[in-house]
Amino acid sequence: MDPQAAKMIGAGIACIGMGGAGVGVGTIFGHYLAAALRNPSAAQGQFGNLIFGFAVTEALGIFSLLIALLLLFAL
Amino acid sequence: MDPIHQFEIKNLFPVAHIAGVDIAFTNSALFMLISLAIILLLTLGATSRRALVPGRLQSVAELSYEFTVDTLRNTAGPEGMRFFPLVFSLFMFILVLNVIGIIPYTFTVTSHIIITVALALLVFCTVIVYGFWKNGWRFLKLFVPSGVPIYILPLVTFIEVMSFFSRPVSHSVRLFANMLAGHITLKVFGGFVTMLGALGFLGWLGAILPLGLTVALTALELLVAFLQAYVFAILTCIYLNDAIHPGH
Repeated sequence: MDPQAAKMIGAGIACIGMGGAGVGVGTIFGHYLAAALRNPSAAQGQFGNLIFGFAVTEALGIFSLLIALLLLFAL
Repeated sequence: MDPIHQFEIKNLFPVAHIAGVDIAFTNSALFMLISLAIILLLTLGATSRRALVPGRLQSVAELSYEFTVDTLRNTAGPEGMRFFPLVFSLFMFILVLNVIGIIPYTFTVTSHIIITVALALLVFCTVIVYGFWKNGWRFLKLFVPSGVPIYILPLVTFIEVMSFFSRPVSHSVRLFANMLAGHITLKVFGGFVTMLGALGFLGWLGAILPLGLTVALTALELLVAFLQAYVFAILTCIYLNDAIHPGH
């Protein structure tokens, strides 16, 4: 196979990992919203935790995007 | 219509040539200076009148100050307040750079990994140096959580060490990749508009959809610009909290 084509296919496959991060981020915000609607007065205090969980989850998706970008432009 | 072209670093005028390395004043440096000027004008200029009832600009300055204070105090406690200048500078610097980058024909400094790695390593080294300086060897308790059964303790410690050392990577790559991906997306949708517009009247009708999407994506980018600056700041607070209170 042409190495350039293999690189492009690899970048595409690497992007599948971002789907998992999408599920995770959706779960975090969905559960936050569900809990916030049950007890709105406690919601504000957990906003920092929400953003922290979002950041940690998103990092994993960003790693796969990074692999895709490396394959496309750097390697 | 190369979507990567917008991230090109241009030399505006050369400064020096040391040991085969060109040192020049680039557009990246120019926009960092512009953002510093904006922050100075906002924080010094807007608060110089010290009105009891703040005007618009003074409200912005006071809101950003109080927002950062609340974030830092809630995550790192009152002892963390000595790091307020660091956290506030990082937050304002990244926020202004991100927001400037949305304006067309400007340069997004934070879309270059060398900038974000430098900022993340600054935080990482601060955490290590301050953690050892304040706690001595007790700082290593950060890697050994209490209340874990002894037979899985080595595994947990290994995971903690790995996650500690992957922090600067995720800290920097998150900001860089978000800005890079957002700006590439904007450029690609902008490219759709010009490509369809070149087809004639029917193409113009078709171009309305990507044009509207570009406007919507710009609004989303504004949210991302703020959110990523906030995430960078709050992660800095959380990492500093580890240095101040290393026990789990």
